[in-house]
Amino acid sequence: MAARRCLGLWFFLITLCVVSTGADVLHTTPVTGTESSAAGTETVVARELPEAPSDPGEHTAAEPTREGEQNDRTRGGEQTLGQPTREEEQEQEKTREGEQTPAQPTREEEEEEEEQEQTRGEEEFTREEEEEELTREEEELTTEEEELTREEEEQTREEEELTTEEEELTTEEEELTREEEEQTREEEEEQQTTAQQEEQTKRWEATELEEEHVHDAAVPPLAGDPPAADPPSPPPSKDDFQEELVIRPLHSGDIYASFQFRTVWDADFMGDQKVSHYRLFPKSLGQVITKFSVRELHISFTQGYWRTMQWGQPYLPSPPGAELWVWFQDTVTDVDGTWKELTNVLSGIFCASLNFIDSTNTVQPSASFKPLGIGNVTDHSFLRYATLPREIVCTENLTPWKKLLPCGSKAGLSVLLKSEKLFHSTFHSQAVHVRPVCQDPQCRTTSMELRQTLNVVFDLHTSGQGKREWSLFKMFSRTLTEACPLASSSKVYVDVTDNPQGEQFELSPATPLLTQAVVLGDRRTYSVYDLTQQASFGSSRSLNMLLRWKNSHNNVVPPVMLRPLLHSERYVAGYGLQAGEIHTLIYNHHPYRAFPVLLLSAVPWYLRLYIHTLTVSSKGKDNRPSYIHYQPSKDRERPHLLEMLLQLPPNSVTEVTVEFERALLKWTEYTPDPNHGFYVGSSVISALVPSVVAMDTNSTLDRPLFSSFFPCKEEASYFMRVYTEPLLVNLPTPDFSMPYNVICLTCTVVAVGYGSLYNLLTRTFQVDEPSPGLAKRIANVIRRFRGVPLL
Amino acid sequence: MAAPLALLLIVAVTIRAALFRTSLANLISERVEVVSPLNAWKRVVEGLALLDLDISPYSGDVFHETPMVIYLFHFLMDYAEITFMGAGVKFSSLHLVSQFRKQKFALEADRIPMDCLELIRSPTEMYYIPLKVAMFYLLNPFTIVSCVAKCTCGLNNAVIALFILSTMRGSALLSAIFLALATYQSIYPLTLCVPALLYLLQRLYIPVNVRRSSFWFYTLQYLFMFLGSLLVLICLSFFLLGSWDFLPAVYGFILSVPDLTPNIGLFWYFFAEMFDHFRLFFLCVFQINVFFYTLPLSIKLKEHPVFLIFMQIALIAIFKSYPTVGDLSLYMAFLPVWNHLYRFLRNIFLVSCVLLACSALFPVLWHLWIYAGSANSNFYYAITLLFSVAQILLVSDYFYAFLRREHHLTNGLYLKKKDGSEATLVLK
Repeated sequence: MAARRCLGLWFFLITLCVVSTGADVLHTTPVTGTESSAAGTETVVARELPEAPSDPGEHTAAEPTREGEQNDRTRGGEQTLGQPTREEEQEQEKTREGEQTPAQPTREEEEEEEEQEQTRGEEEFTREEEEEELTREEEELTTEEEELTREEEEQTREEEELTTEEEELTTEEEELTREEEEQTREEEEEQQTTAQQEEQTKRWEATELEEEHVHDAAVPPLAGDPPAADPPSPPPSKDDFQEELVIRPLHSGDIYASFQFRTVWDADFMGDQKVSHYRLFPKSLGQVITKFSVRELHISFTQGYWRTMQWGQPYLPSPPGAELWVWFQDTVTDVDGTWKELTNVLSGIFCASLNFIDSTNTVQPSASFKPLGIGNVTDHSFLRYATLPREIVCTENLTPWKKLLPCGSKAGLSVLLKSEKLFHSTFHSQAVHVRPVCQDPQCRTTSMELRQTLNVVFDLHTSGQGKREWSLFKMFSRTLTEACPLASSSKVYVDVTDNPQGEQFELSPATPLLTQAVVLGDRRTYSVYDLTQQASFGSSRSLNMLLRWKNSHNNVVPPVMLRPLLHSERYVAGYGLQAGEIHTLIYNHHPYRAFPVLLLSAVPWYLRLYIHTLTVSSKGKDNRPSYIHYQPSKDRERPHLLEMLLQLPPNSVTEVTVEFERALLKWTEYTPDPNHGFYVGSSVISALVPSVVAMDTNSTLDRPLFSSFFPCKEEASYFMRVYTEPLLVNLPTPDFSMPYNVICLTCTVVAVGYGSLYNLLTRTFQVDEPSPGLAKRIANVIRRFRGVPLL
Repeated sequence: MAAPLALLLIVAVTIRAALFRTSLANLISERVEVVSPLNAWKRVVEGLALLDLDISPYSGDVFHETPMVIYLFHFLMDYAEITFMGAGVKFSSLHLVSQFRKQKFALEADRIPMDCLELIRSPTEMYYIPLKVAMFYLLNPFTIVSCVAKCTCGLNNAVIALFILSTMRGSALLSAIFLALATYQSIYPLTLCVPALLYLLQRLYIPVNVRRSSFWFYTLQYLFMFLGSLLVLICLSFFLLGSWDFLPAVYGFILSVPDLTPNIGLFWYFFAEMFDHFRLFFLCVFQINVFFYTLPLSIKLKEHPVFLIFMQIALIAIFKSYPTVGDLSLYMAFLPVWNHLYRFLRNIFLVSCVLLACSALFPVLWHLWIYAGSANSNFYYAITLLFSVAQILLVSDYFYAFLRREHHLTNGLYLKKKDGSEATLVLK
């Protein structure tokens, strides 16, 4: 035990050393750990020495590339290779244990640390402490075996101590140059942007300059970082991870938080060669995409309904329940079979009831769901769309979703995703979008983009206790302490458009950085917190944004109804369980522009639609749809699909009604709670809405993620999707308790028919000779014995 | 004769026209007792709408009429007139049907014992039978609601009536064509082939003898005409539509009963509550009921093909998968033809009371189940069950009465026992 405790202490000191030598070493250590058994200690030197003398001036892609690769190997290698080598190392360690006295390395480490402290500024020191905390936490988690391997690494490093110290010096030099670079760049940015906003002290984030960032991507963009923050920039030709959180205070007093995580990988999934080395892109998803030849995959799980009239438009709309739509590559021959397999696999990955997607709720929309990525596929036989409006979203769906993130829920924005708070909300929606995107404006090469989005609306009264005062801690019961180390960009945006001078609410800590983005046809202003900048976290080393409204009596929010340009309602009319009418109301609130919308509704087969009863009217006049795609249902096989292209006159309500008849199902086809009713998935309204401001049509520019999801073809309009309410429809039910009775009674009736006919068919009429009574017959028998004449 | 007929026609048309103008027409056309998924007018319109959208009406599961019907209505959108026409044709044909009955009875008169004279209908009675048949059909409330709901079973009824008419007239070709048309519309009239053949054979010689070569020749000839015209109809539908989709959509739908919308028959609730693995078995058992009785009935009633037609039509109406009151009214129109059996009916009072009560209770219990929510499906099911039982009793009662009358015709009306006391007849 004593030896073990000594080892523990020793290891603690070693970690201090690790922190002080910077994350470069920290990140390379596991590599050496796993490979040390094979390559020995020399590998460490070989790998780190070339970096050491590198010229700070031309510190470009070389270093991060190698580090990226190393990280990659670390992630993959630790799981696969770690186990056998560790055992060997453990043995080696045991042999060495006797030789080493724990005191000696401790002293050495302490000396080293003192030296470093002298050379570093105070800020860095605080950062160091943080890292210490982290490493301590990690320490607790690591198993003894791992400790042993690390100790061995440290041993080897001690031997090379001189070289590492040299390296430290060089890295510090690099940092200095990097800081200089960053300062100059920031100055440039300021020069350009502050020209417009000179009167403001706030600094605008350079959205126009983002192109530069693309070129600079080779250079770690966050050069001002202390070395403790791992230079995260991935190699430019490989993959890239961005994370962001948008917080939008809503008019109703609620607050809307939208997370987006984007992984772009320059791998060719469509090609012939197998993709087998995964780094940031989740392997589970990548394998699925490869196996089923998926071109695009969009899946969303939503709990609650987005109230457009109170909240405005969401950044990424989704219908209540689960929604899945997939474009397959045109090499797929059996699309239905592949779709069936894919839904079952996804059901396993996301722990959801996607396996209930079958032909009865799958449709092939002809126009509403175009590919969002590149590639103009027109053959909609490769498209499948299905919704499960009844799907309940909860923790078991969130956990696998978080596992797809490179940082999991360990670091970065995803630490906020704690289910106990996320699901105590009015609206919760999480989605995964996979699509091919262009790498450059010329679109010579494509890369795969994975977007994970999570939208949540916290209610003023249930989550906010009626006080209009929001903070990260209040919303998520967590604060932000760092960016995801693997992320190239990690930002928090707060929508301050309605609050340009801070007259409505107060945002603390204040951030000097502002940005503008054109989103949903409107130019919005956002305060930006760049989590990769240490300054964002302030002295408390954690970011807990606080939005406090100024007027205390204004806390009671008047019920403001917004008038979004496009929104819709849907309901079932009629009474009784025989027939009914589905009414869809589409509002165009634009004062003078008419625009076309595509309406898609998929109705299950047990509501038999009558297409001849379809009426479309706006402003009291008949409004003939210019395009109708209708696919009638087949009982127990496929649903109805109705797609229409409608022209919405300005400032009008367009009403679409269609009658339906409710079917009586077999008793086994009802849900366990049949009188709850059956859900009909949301209708989808896809529209090109006239935009107030010019839209940004260049899709390859770096924009905030929330404003760049739907590709934009022209400046005058933007694409929008609106989901209506799902419907809950009651069906007539048989009596579930009496199948036996019914079978018996009906068969009896048939038997009555059979019996009476059989009777009449087989018998003939005869004169009835009444048979003698029983007494008479007995008497006759006795008489026969006696020889007396019968009666 | 012509004057009362014209009057009757005017009255019938007036009633229908008046009902068409009221809001009752909409209400009636939604009634599940009156229309079934097979012949609802709403579904015909839906099929036409699909045709207008360039979608095959059979690609969905709403339209189950035959292609001929949809193209008929495609060109004749004046639907109310069509339905009237159907009723009119039916009327005139049935009018003629009974005229041929006269000859039959004239034949019978030769060989009956003298004491049965009161069983023979007087010529005056016979004279009014066609009028009564017409009246029973045209003024039957079931026919009226079926017509007002624009149920296409009126067309089927008209085709069957035409078939009976041409059979009575002795025109084998027309009979075969109309029978093929009726079979094409809904499979069940297939069973009417046997009585028609018997009737036509009887016109050639009495009694029908299987051993004669002309029997087989004539049978084959008739079957050839029947199957030929059926084939022509189906091929015509194929060329009209360009695909065979209609075969599963029409005949598959009739036979496999996928639509469990409540109706007055026995199928819907039974198959809603059926265990899945027994479904096919019971489907066969229930469907075979219609065809099962054809052979024994033809043997038993080989001398009386007209009564055989009546029995077959009644059995189809009871045991078909999507029955409506329109089917009921077809065989009820035959009842005046058998009014001479009235004295032998045992429980006509009970049966007619049950039928009346059920007809009144159908809408009541439907309302309680579907709209008020205070009853459940069992209530409605109970009424359909009772209605079916009453129909079965009615048919078997008429069958009994017919057999009994035949017995009396040969054995005399007042049977005596050996000891001279009055005898009672029993089936043994």
